[in-house]
Amino acid sequence: MSPRRLRAMIVKEFTQMQRDRATLRLVLVIPVMQLLIFGYAIRLDVRNLPLAVYDASQTQESRALVQQFEATRNFTVVRHAASYEQALELIDSGVARSAIAIPPDYARAIKRMRGARVQVLVDATAPTASQGAIGAAQLVGQRASVRILARRAGGLTSADALPVDVRVRPLYNPGLSSPLFIVPGIIGMILSNILILITALSIVREREFGTLEQLIVTPLTRTELMLGKLAPYLLVGFIQVTAVLVVGHYLFRVPIRGSLLLIYATSFLFVVASLGLGLLISTLANAQAPAMQTAFMFLMPNVLLSGFMFPREAMPPLAAWIGLLLPLTYYLEILRGVILKGIGLRELWPHCLALIGFAVAFFTVATLRFHKKIG
Amino acid sequence: MTTATEPAVVVDSITRRFGALTAVDQASLSIRPGELFGVLGPNGSGKTTLIRMLCGLLAPTAGGARVAGFDVGTQPDSVKAHIGYMSQAFGLYRDLTAEENLRFYGGVYGIGHELDGRVAWATERMRLGELGGRLAGVLSGGQKQRLALGCSMLHRPRVLFLDEPTAGVDPAARRLFWDIIRGLAAEGTTIICTTHYMDEAEHFDRLVFLSRGHVKAAGTPAEVRAAFGGSATLEDVFIQLQDKEP
Repeated sequence: MSPRRLRAMIVKEFTQMQRDRATLRLVLVIPVMQLLIFGYAIRLDVRNLPLAVYDASQTQESRALVQQFEATRNFTVVRHAASYEQALELIDSGVARSAIAIPPDYARAIKRMRGARVQVLVDATAPTASQGAIGAAQLVGQRASVRILARRAGGLTSADALPVDVRVRPLYNPGLSSPLFIVPGIIGMILSNILILITALSIVREREFGTLEQLIVTPLTRTELMLGKLAPYLLVGFIQVTAVLVVGHYLFRVPIRGSLLLIYATSFLFVVASLGLGLLISTLANAQAPAMQTAFMFLMPNVLLSGFMFPREAMPPLAAWIGLLLPLTYYLEILRGVILKGIGLRELWPHCLALIGFAVAFFTVATLRFHKKIG
Repeated sequence: MTTATEPAVVVDSITRRFGALTAVDQASLSIRPGELFGVLGPNGSGKTTLIRMLCGLLAPTAGGARVAGFDVGTQPDSVKAHIGYMSQAFGLYRDLTAEENLRFYGGVYGIGHELDGRVAWATERMRLGELGGRLAGVLSGGQKQRLALGCSMLHRPRVLFLDEPTAGVDPAARRLFWDIIRGLAAEGTTIICTTHYMDEAEHFDRLVFLSRGHVKAAGTPAEVRAAFGGSATLEDVFIQLQDKEP
């Protein structure tokens, strides 16, 4: 290892990176863009599902019920339908995603304790979106019933007199806010996708332009070459982590409860693992187009199986097992743990060990394979 | 270490196979220090494979070679430190300026405090003039070629390998290039150059013809011509050798 050669390599990589404005913009703007899109647009909890109302009762009681639906914030009334069929049509056409049908005898049925029947229709084509609405609708029904029963029993108020009172306290994210879950995910997502792609392309480009062949006849060693490639992207990675943390913290109120140092230290491990994977891909592909395709082959499981968006607990065993082979899975656990739970190395050391393992394994295999490709 | 009398390059029955194909078959050569040596042959005759083995880019299947006093099989790192290599693709970074390319290769060859002087030398010697600040990608074919040559000469290699250096370069730039090459040889650099332009063969002190991996003829241009009937031009020899192939 010669510091002089390594320095030449690093200076060259920085100069090239700084001259490649398109990539530079990509690397700096995309993380913030993605954060804004994901942070503002994506709500894993469905709020304000468009609701069509068919109220055949037209009484104070029926209007109160509709208000209670709206009060859950799961529903927003968009239309009043004149008939049951019209309410169905509104869901068919997509104007509404749910409908409530209140029968003509609703108020009378309540007074006579005959069991007033209210039908709620929910468009369940997207199960996650409908689940919240279904739960909320059932809860509205139960609450309304409890209130009525309480009044009947006399002297009881609706809230404190329930015989069984289950209270759920959501830990770490009491507002159940989606950005809190998503922001740490985005850090991992962006880091791995951009870095894997850029490193894979950077080596393949050297091969395509014939500069790699030229480098191989110089005394530059493989390790110097790899480290030289790594240094600028390591900096890029840290800038991206910082940008997403700052925007996430100030715009989406993501708390950073744990140690920033631990975030950066594990980010270092993760960046090295991602770069190693990128270099590995570059040894599997000779031209930029196949390198892109190979990279995407790794990126898809990253999105789907790492727990970035979809809970790993819900996955069938094989998918969950494949997820365990992704560095991102461990990095996300660490990020969410440190950022949201404020936990540290004492709890997260197995994940850190896994990242070290990935970093060493990818880098070693890439360097060894790289040697063979030269011949 | 080489002495003045020891050959700069000794190739001993070197062979390289790619699967069933034998790209170079038991080639043997001896090249003196300061010699301008040509490796001629059509495309696919094994020229590039031979050069790559001598540069330590490719391991020989059998046989061996010593370059600048080092064994290409067992001391490839020492070989690399003492040779220069210019590939057909020139190996320049198009998004770096001419000077940045020079500085990068200088650094990679471990040149330290001497770097400024060597970059100035290459700029002057390769007639790069005011081109230092231009991106390598926008230079003409001849300018790229001379810049690449400058990059491979910064560390004062004892042996310089040129693989089809004049492909795609206009005649005026080719003449300038050969002037520079002859100057370097006259100062003691051993130069080994492949080409399939027969009109360039007269530049060489000595040359070999390669055909399907075999050394077919060797000697000075005059000797090679004489061996093939005296009056023949090298181009005639070339065609004669080609015709003999099945």
